[in-house]
Amino acid sequence: MEYEPIIGLEVHAQLLTESKIFCGCSTRFGAAPNSNTCPVCLGMPGVLPVLNRKVVEYAIKMALATHCRINRVNSFARKNYFYPDLPKGYQISQYAEPLAEKGHIDIEYDGTRKTIGITRIHMEEDAGKSIHEEDGDSTYVDLNRTGVPLIEIVSEPDMRGPAEGAAYLRRLHEILVYLEICDGNMEEGSFRCDANVSVRPRGTETFGTRTELKNMNSFRNVQLALDYEIQRQIDCLEGGGTVIQETRLWDAQGRVTHSMRGKEEAHDYRYFPEPDLVPVVISPEWIDDVQRGLPELPLEKRDRFVREYGIPPYDAGVLTASRALADYFEEVAKGTGQPKTASNWVMGSVLAAVKEEKIEIAEIPVSSEALAAMIAAIADGTISGKIAKDVFDDMWRTGKDPRVIIEEKGLAQIDDAGAVDAAVDEVLIAHPAQLAEYRAGKEKLFGFFVGQVMKRTQGKANPQIVNDILKKKLLKQ
Amino acid sequence: MVKITKKEVEYVAHLARLDCSEEEKDIFTSQLNDILGYMEILNAVETAGVEPMNHALVLNNVLREDIMTESLGAERALDNAPDRDGEYFRVPRVID
Amino acid sequence: MSLNELTIHDMRSRLAAGEVTSVEVLEAVYDRINVVDGTINAYTSLMKESAYEAADRADRDLKDGRLKPLSGVPVAVKDILCTEGTRTSCGSRMLEHFIPPYDATVIRRLKEAGAVFVGKTNMDEFAMGSSNETSYFGVTRNPWDRDRIPGGSSGGSAAAVIADECIAAVGSDTGGSIRQPAAHCGVVGLKPTYGRVSRYGLIAFASSLDQVGPLTKDVEDTAIMMNVLAGHDAADSTSVPHPVPDYRENLSRGIEGWTVGIPREYFIEGIDPEITGAIDGVVRTMESLGAECREISLPHSQYCVAAYYIIAPAEASSNLARYDGVRYGFRSSGGETLLDSYKATRSAGFGAEVKRRIMIGTYSLSAGYYDAYYKKASQVRALIKTDFDDAFRTCDVILTPTTPTPAFRIGEKVDDPLQMYLTDIFTLSINLAGVPALSLPCGYSTAGLPLGAQLIAHHFREDKLIQAAAAVESRLPLEKRRPGI
Repeated sequence: MEYEPIIGLEVHAQLLTESKIFCGCSTRFGAAPNSNTCPVCLGMPGVLPVLNRKVVEYAIKMALATHCRINRVNSFARKNYFYPDLPKGYQISQYAEPLAEKGHIDIEYDGTRKTIGITRIHMEEDAGKSIHEEDGDSTYVDLNRTGVPLIEIVSEPDMRGPAEGAAYLRRLHEILVYLEICDGNMEEGSFRCDANVSVRPRGTETFGTRTELKNMNSFRNVQLALDYEIQRQIDCLEGGGTVIQETRLWDAQGRVTHSMRGKEEAHDYRYFPEPDLVPVVISPEWIDDVQRGLPELPLEKRDRFVREYGIPPYDAGVLTASRALADYFEEVAKGTGQPKTASNWVMGSVLAAVKEEKIEIAEIPVSSEALAAMIAAIADGTISGKIAKDVFDDMWRTGKDPRVIIEEKGLAQIDDAGAVDAAVDEVLIAHPAQLAEYRAGKEKLFGFFVGQVMKRTQGKANPQIVNDILKKKLLKQ
Repeated sequence: MVKITKKEVEYVAHLARLDCSEEEKDIFTSQLNDILGYMEILNAVETAGVEPMNHALVLNNVLREDIMTESLGAERALDNAPDRDGEYFRVPRVID
Repeated sequence: MSLNELTIHDMRSRLAAGEVTSVEVLEAVYDRINVVDGTINAYTSLMKESAYEAADRADRDLKDGRLKPLSGVPVAVKDILCTEGTRTSCGSRMLEHFIPPYDATVIRRLKEAGAVFVGKTNMDEFAMGSSNETSYFGVTRNPWDRDRIPGGSSGGSAAAVIADECIAAVGSDTGGSIRQPAAHCGVVGLKPTYGRVSRYGLIAFASSLDQVGPLTKDVEDTAIMMNVLAGHDAADSTSVPHPVPDYRENLSRGIEGWTVGIPREYFIEGIDPEITGAIDGVVRTMESLGAECREISLPHSQYCVAAYYIIAPAEASSNLARYDGVRYGFRSSGGETLLDSYKATRSAGFGAEVKRRIMIGTYSLSAGYYDAYYKKASQVRALIKTDFDDAFRTCDVILTPTTPTPAFRIGEKVDDPLQMYLTDIFTLSINLAGVPALSLPCGYSTAGLPLGAQLIAHHFREDKLIQAAAAVESRLPLEKRRPGI
């Protein structure tokens, strides 16, 4: 019997606001425990929440980028449960009236595109951190993270395998980072993912019982966990058992999922409308405002690069890995009018140096103008491609303008046929043995002569002219 | 007449993280039945099509600017803590 | 007359005239507390040190010619409002040792107006009660008859005012908790429109119903207090940016030509005839002032107890979830696991009435019951509000009794929660609709207990309440008595 997995993913993304969703405390990661707290996010008696406008704006951005329908009126609700890092004993979230619904994104997987539905996007507050003592009987609570704004993005159960799931996550991640509303750092917890997984016999309609997977802290772990759980469910069904609806935790060490049964029965969250907050009404004007501020999204940008610059999809993919890199490439491409050359240099020398020095795109010491100028110098014959590599290294190290470097180091190509002629003569006179061998038929030695001429001219001879003159002179008897 | 059973009372008490002695459970069961029984009176009200009223207000979009303000500081945050360990609140270990 | 018997406005004129100092008035207040509070138990804590400092500052301000609206006035604060650096207990063991690191907004406003805080007053635990019998700090006794309740949950504040243990007080009202004790103690108590006064720092009971308001010796004092308390607060998202008029301007305008609605549903069987008699007296007074009193209908009135006792406990069950012994408050020593710790803490920290309401609230929100209870109650709530909207199309104010009977005996209703809830029948609809209402002393029972009349106005029409109350107060042939304690 062949089985088909059904996967839905829930992503929680921390928003890059200065202050928390309902109070003015800092959202900065890594502060000393409990230092970014105030009576409001500590849930002290008598406190009240006040909504951060930027959180709504960022949520609208994500909704627009994922083609969701934005609800004109959306409101908050309380999700009630007890946990030490949930100070109020409830989380302020959205339930009946979320910010946005019914969107989709396109993912690229195995060369094809697929559309994955997005059920809803809503705003909510994050909880704090509970640190459980390994062999002790205490849990330590740090409430810095309480109140950090989150958007929860729920997908439709449209994914049919772990690789698809990973592709969806990567797309979502890329959009969030492109929009500059989330830094997408899975290790620090600013991008978190839970999965809902079930299997059904291929060709059937009804969904099987699903389990919820938690505790997957990297794309790779998501994929591994999904792989494992799908197989576990298949094995279970094949063995005549039934899948139990439950929450399971991924164990990255043991590479298995563990049941959380016995900890809590299904939560009864007792959702009801949050009385301390009033509804948020999103006017068409507000939406237009946010829409105008949206950057071009990664997939659109990739498609445009392929179209406009005639570069292959793979290259477009590499160049749009980040907005900063894409902008850099585009400036060079536009500046030179030679997108293919620009893409070679950016994908090649630039990215190699970035990787080696482990720097950010913004820290690249060669400005896009400078690189463009260098490429122009190759195009107009001032320098050869080979020399350009030295010029590039120099630009990287010193930050100097390429023309200055070419000037200072006298790297300009030698186009003077007379000078090349003289150099060729010198080389042929200096290597009579090879000359004789060549004329006797060893044509491979042509490269040797070229190399010698280049050496004699410190690499500056115009290769085309060298070739032409050498050919003529070698043929002569 | 909806009757809330003692078992339901136990479930609700657990949800609310309350402990009740057997005697309390009995008293609560009886009192809750009285009270909830009285609530049946609402069934006589025709409410089809009536929007539930969550607020006495007609206020929308109460928002604040994204500006960081001063925090309390860990010392003051932990000042009322019944059980603290350095900069943390301490509780009995959560069994996962 | 001793200085603690002054009203705010009397004290202000005497201060301005240099006849008294704030410190002198404060001394008189503390002397009085010394004498009577052992019996009455209106206060859970006194704030002598900071009070004398504030009184001193007020006197110095006066010397410099600065007279603020409440300069030097000794005000009692219900122990439900957070006062920075001073224990705020909410009448509960749960917060017996809680010291807030911040002031409630209304506390800040009162401070800025020059008020002097005498101390925190006793209250039903977490504001849940109508008799001040559920406080962890003991029952408060009605100064008129120490075997009777003062009303609740602002019983301490009401008792302190009538016993002249302060010049004025602040309380909170979720289902009648200012108005009902005001009626039982013979003082003026006003519950503002929902959103008129900031809730920031008010320990929450039922968030969509709670409001802070004044308890005072007369209507002029109410106006003075409301001028200070009312106004928008950015820290409270449910606070409305409606301009605040000078309520003192309404004190002498009268009610000539006004229409006063008398809802027939409020004159039911079971009301003490002495109360209906007193209300008749108010009607006659209002007519003599040129108003027309006519019968109206608030058809959904009878459902207010059921709607309220689903909505309020539901919100309360959520608001009280934060009391878990982790960050502040009582923590039980029992409990090896977290679950045990939560249960032991909450069971020992909360009293029976609080637990009962948490149970009702949790039940009505739980899976499967939300639609039948909470949603249904919210729909009925909308209808109750519409009743008022309709009535106020033709009425300026509405007149009803505040309570069905005068103050009952301590212990009389403690074992029958449902009976206790039914005593709130005249005050609950007002909170559900969010409209403002005021209780005004209007008579005494033959046993000498105060009786209160309730005036209700439309949203943000506290000006009309004050105008009507002041007019009635000036004309009503009500003997000025003081409890003989």
